[in-house]
Amino acid sequence: MDISFQMVMSQVMLGLNNGVFYAILSLGLAVIFGLLNIVNFAHGALYMLGAYVALLGFTSLGPLLGMPDFHLNYWAALIVSPLVVGAFGIVVERTMLRRLYKFDHLYGLLLTFGLALIIQGVFTNFFNVSGDPYEAKPEILNGVVNLGFMMFPKYRLWVIVVSLLVCFGTWYVIERTKLGSYLRAGTENPELVKAFGVNVPLMITLTYGYGVALAAFAGVLAAPIYSVSPVMGSEMIITVFAVVVIGGMGSIMGSIVTGLLLGMVEGFTKVVYAPASSTVIFLIMVIVLLVKPAGLFGKES
Amino acid sequence: MKNLFSNVAMTVAVLAMTSGMAGAASKGVSDGVVKIGVLTDMSGVYSTLGGKGTQVGVEMAVKDFGGKVLGKPIQVIGADHQNKADIASAKAREWIDNEKVDMITGLLNSGCALAVQKLAGDKKRITMNTGAGSTDLTNKACTPYSIHYVYDTYATGKVTAQAIVPTGGKSWFFITADYAFGHSLEQNTTNFVKKMGGKVLGSVRHPLSTSDFSSYLLQAQSSGAQIIGLANAGGDTINAIKQAREFGIDKKGQKLVGLLVFDTDIKSLGLNVAQGMQFTSGFYWDRDNATRAFAKRYYAIHKAMPTMDQAGAYSATMNYLKAIKAAGTDDSDAVMAKLKSMDISDFFAVHGKIRADGRMVHDMYLMEVKKPSESKGEWDLLKIVKTVPAAEAFMPLSESTCPLVKK
Repeated sequence: MDISFQMVMSQVMLGLNNGVFYAILSLGLAVIFGLLNIVNFAHGALYMLGAYVALLGFTSLGPLLGMPDFHLNYWAALIVSPLVVGAFGIVVERTMLRRLYKFDHLYGLLLTFGLALIIQGVFTNFFNVSGDPYEAKPEILNGVVNLGFMMFPKYRLWVIVVSLLVCFGTWYVIERTKLGSYLRAGTENPELVKAFGVNVPLMITLTYGYGVALAAFAGVLAAPIYSVSPVMGSEMIITVFAVVVIGGMGSIMGSIVTGLLLGMVEGFTKVVYAPASSTVIFLIMVIVLLVKPAGLFGKES
Repeated sequence: MKNLFSNVAMTVAVLAMTSGMAGAASKGVSDGVVKIGVLTDMSGVYSTLGGKGTQVGVEMAVKDFGGKVLGKPIQVIGADHQNKADIASAKAREWIDNEKVDMITGLLNSGCALAVQKLAGDKKRITMNTGAGSTDLTNKACTPYSIHYVYDTYATGKVTAQAIVPTGGKSWFFITADYAFGHSLEQNTTNFVKKMGGKVLGSVRHPLSTSDFSSYLLQAQSSGAQIIGLANAGGDTINAIKQAREFGIDKKGQKLVGLLVFDTDIKSLGLNVAQGMQFTSGFYWDRDNATRAFAKRYYAIHKAMPTMDQAGAYSATMNYLKAIKAAGTDDSDAVMAKLKSMDISDFFAVHGKIRADGRMVHDMYLMEVKKPSESKGEWDLLKIVKTVPAAEAFMPLSESTCPLVKK
């Protein structure tokens, strides 16, 4: 097969589209790991929950409230869904995760993995596994844009732009503001920060809530592109974990940049040798672990 | 002493085994119950078109038959093979060895189907496959105890290609699910496209259960083929069609053709997206009064209309039980002989006949998805464009490479 510039650019663009999902999800994981030391295996399930809140808000909320004509529209879902799922995350943190901070990472991992299986199992029982369509894509985002080398759906372009804004916004808050410095200090030495009068447990709860809300936000963004299905999270989460490992656990910038880059590498692989595209990320992970075990952006401890 | 003991034990074991075999070969129902196992994808990418709905079909048939055959109870059990051939054959082995299952049906996913059919054949248990598509099941992998009941990739590929190629779809590009079924569907369809004067420009393979088809679609687009043939099924077909619409591929004159499509896929896509698509099916619930009557009863239980897999599982079970009654035993050889000699005719199968290679041939239908304006209800999705007689739709027996076919 001859490889044209146009072909490479198109696939890399699609890769970037996948990459922003990797970035936004691995960012949430990195924030949670960096500040809570919890490997949040429930992240995929929470991403799925985010998509379902949007879907059910559109299709079932109105009838449930006795107002058949009421539909939670896409823009509202972008706000409401992260809030709802974030609140769910806060409940999880307060009632379960909190008890595990003093133990090994492994316990948090097992708990969140179990949660993920339960959530996914419940949804598999009630919903169509092959996916339900989310029909609430706003009119303004329908259609395609001519990028010169390809016709690209407007909606996917919107997803790329808004995801990048959210990712770099999060990075800025954590790395460059006073609030962020509290957060970072709180994880380094919680006792000392408490002594300055900062409510560290509350801060940690809210951080988990925010990380979870990010996953839900990605879920809403994904809903109009893919079918909303109970297994959408479990398909994604393995790749996302590979991204986090490659970027370095807990590194905010690392997770964003690695997510975007690996999405594009995947896209490029599809041009060169398509069957390798599903494994290329894991191949890179193996190499990175061998050469730089703390990840590309991680600090050696 | 120890030797003596083990000798005695051995003798008892041998006696038990031989008497067990003798029991199975004699008249009547072995081990006091007829057990039917529904082994299929209950939770994955194909579970909507088969899954629990297939088990519903089997259970309805058992109930309609009266719950008993030759005075013995009929039991139905189900399991999820998760689209993994190793899990499928482990489950089938457990069912046959420990649970005394007499017949296994469902068997979506050709990879799982081939594994289970081989195992069941070795152990002389009947498989009535309603879900999988690969033509290998009635060719090189056929067994004296296997029946392929609903459709195969030869029939759906042939009928669809014959409808598309003469109306201008000369050049094809395939997006193919990368396992036994997808390969078989691509191969069968390619043969007919070529036979009818069309050409195939290329193909790309994707793993089972793919959520993002955009890059495969771009390759198909840049091939310039008039027809993008989807040699996949279920959730994969749904995602590919949706994303093609998103990228505006259909607006530029390229047409997507699903080579295996189920009613539930169309339901999931919505008529707006799917309207006008043509595909081949072995069954449609709204064909005549008998299918509608069945579908109404089925809907009351399952809250969805039956697909060809699910309706086929009812029909297969019913005819299996009739064959046991006629043979006066549930012995696999006697039941298979009856099944292969009787006419299969009910709401599901028109002009049905089970051939020597295990292929159940019956009329197939070329379907077209209705426009939203033509649809009068939630499940009013399709119309039958053409009925293709059994003899034209399926591979002729003379071409079958099944060793059971005498030539």
